[in-house]
Amino acid sequence: MALNEKSQNGFENNADGTTLTRPFMLIGQRVIQGIHVLGSATIFLMTALWNTFRPKQFSKVIQQIYYIGASSTTIIMLVSLFTGMVLGLQSYHALIQFGAVGGLGALVSLSLIRELGPVLTAIMITARAGSAITAEIGIQRISEQIDALQTMRIDPFRFLVSPRITASIISYPLLTAVFDFIGIIGGYITAVMLLGLNAGVYSHSILRNVDLKDLTDGFIKSIVFAVIVATVCCYQGYFVHMRTDSKGAKAVGLATTSAVVISCVLILVSDYVVTSLLMV
Amino acid sequence: MMVPLIEFKNIHKRFGSHVVLQNVNLKIYEGQITTIIGLSGSGKSVMLKHIIGLLQPDEGTILFRGRPLKEMSKAEIASSTHQISYMFQGNALFDSMTVYDNIALPLRETTNLSKAEIDRRVMARIGQTELNEAAHRYPSELSGGMQKRAALARALITDPRIVLFDEPTTGQDPVRKNAILSMIAQYQKKFNFTAVMVSHEIPDVYFISNRILALYDKTIVFQGTPEELSNFDHPFNDEVIRSLEGLQKELTGLYSRRQFKILHHTQMKSRKSGESFCIAVFDLADMNTVVPRIGYDKAQETIHAMGLYIDRHFGAIGGFSTRRKAREFVTVLPFSDIAETEKIMNEFVEDLQEQGIHDFRLKAQDSDPADHYVEFAIRVGIAEGKPDDDIDSVVESARSQQKEIGRLQCAVKE
Repeated sequence: MALNEKSQNGFENNADGTTLTRPFMLIGQRVIQGIHVLGSATIFLMTALWNTFRPKQFSKVIQQIYYIGASSTTIIMLVSLFTGMVLGLQSYHALIQFGAVGGLGALVSLSLIRELGPVLTAIMITARAGSAITAEIGIQRISEQIDALQTMRIDPFRFLVSPRITASIISYPLLTAVFDFIGIIGGYITAVMLLGLNAGVYSHSILRNVDLKDLTDGFIKSIVFAVIVATVCCYQGYFVHMRTDSKGAKAVGLATTSAVVISCVLILVSDYVVTSLLMV
Repeated sequence: MMVPLIEFKNIHKRFGSHVVLQNVNLKIYEGQITTIIGLSGSGKSVMLKHIIGLLQPDEGTILFRGRPLKEMSKAEIASSTHQISYMFQGNALFDSMTVYDNIALPLRETTNLSKAEIDRRVMARIGQTELNEAAHRYPSELSGGMQKRAALARALITDPRIVLFDEPTTGQDPVRKNAILSMIAQYQKKFNFTAVMVSHEIPDVYFISNRILALYDKTIVFQGTPEELSNFDHPFNDEVIRSLEGLQKELTGLYSRRQFKILHHTQMKSRKSGESFCIAVFDLADMNTVVPRIGYDKAQETIHAMGLYIDRHFGAIGGFSTRRKAREFVTVLPFSDIAETEKIMNEFVEDLQEQGIHDFRLKAQDSDPADHYVEFAIRVGIAEGKPDDDIDSVVESARSQQKEIGRLQCAVKE
């Protein structure tokens, strides 16, 4: 009896058998693929961090701090001001029902320092600078500029990736501090200047309830987010030519979208994980 | 026996299921210009990328100075590839950097030279590639030709021992194409690097290449001199050379060497054995020495004008011409004996001195008057042949009798 192609490949002729094993195969493939990406992204990050300490990097890092950090200050200030204002407004109306409006300063400041500051700062920088990093590196990849670096014996990791990751690690905590400060001022504007809460009550509540651990925890989170966002965005751009769903300019567009979406999801997931660890 | 600088042994390369290179064997020798010719999409660029290490072969061995790369340590491979520079087909210039910064980049990142020394070297290359006005402009603000020259300047800034040129003349006008090829040939002689070039510019690349590699049907089917290629009996000649040659009249308006030979052969078949024909060999003597002073573009414009002038003058009386070497033209006067040819040539010389030299000066000079000029001679030799004679021997005879018929004056580039 002649063997058909499926039998030769070791698959059952039985349709039920294939139907039964296919979901496990797909799950297995996805898991292996996920582990592979995680591994290569970790190597990518480690290589970039190692290259930070090589010569001629200082000026590149400063340049990227300006682009990722300094240029994002205005948008961070704007977002944090209104976040603080709306937080103050909502909290005032909620707390006044229980006669606990004296705790408004603590609520606004702790919300910002522990959670909203690091998370919203990271998301805003992802939208502003992260997407640009992916697009810029992606275009350099498809136009052979990265190949050109290799032919000139210039390490693309040292030249392109490392300064961006290092600059992100430096910029994120600084921008988070700006976010926290301006957000607290936003809360002050709503609660004290618009709704008539006593200024001393607002500031005393902050000073009494916020301690150093809250600040360090917030900064630890912002550093974790910086590593995640910068790695994801650089990785997506650097390997844009390996995408199987499209090529060229369209691939750069898809990589940019992927970078933003993956970064935002990972920011929220890692926020929970880091918060849990810091509370132990 | 001379050890090749780079050797491919049974190289196979595929992308997915698409086979690009199959059983490729080739040799590249030091100090020569080797040109890889073949149709678009045949895998020429893939071969270059294997040489510089951007791609790795699926099967086979690449040898560098006789040693397989596989057997070399990382440091040895790095030291080998350190000598190689690559000029990309699409230029691969950094679009967020000016031309100056693009050219300076390899020196800034890979050397410890002072800022002043880097500036000196970069400005020298910018001057040699005629990019002074574009130095502080971005690549997107430049024409295709200027971008090519910027990429060429960047490829040469580190004084590499081996330079790979991936279609350096793509998208250029005929004058600029030949100017770039001429520049590559001049630099290769001056700096004595090994050049490996991918090009479609047939026959122009023949004038500057020591060896030709023909890529056809995923493999190398020919390795040898341009002269040997003309006698190569293979479908490659019919399918590739002829299709590419169709474009060659762009620069001079003259026939290709192969077309010239066919035309001569056809004409001579219909002639009786007692009849004669004449050949004139024109030479733009000493032009090599003045090219760097007048500029590559001006030199090519002069060659272009010379080709058109010869064609116009002798074509009207049944003659046909070809560009045989970079600065040599050969004209056949199929129905003239030596006495008649001398008379025609005297008229040509008179016309050249009265009108032609003036035309050349207009072509070769900038519109602004210059303070300094250089001169080079136009020489011509004539010889008579019989229909049965070998054309090459008649050309050689004419070449040996060359004498000066005029001098061309060109403005010196600032």
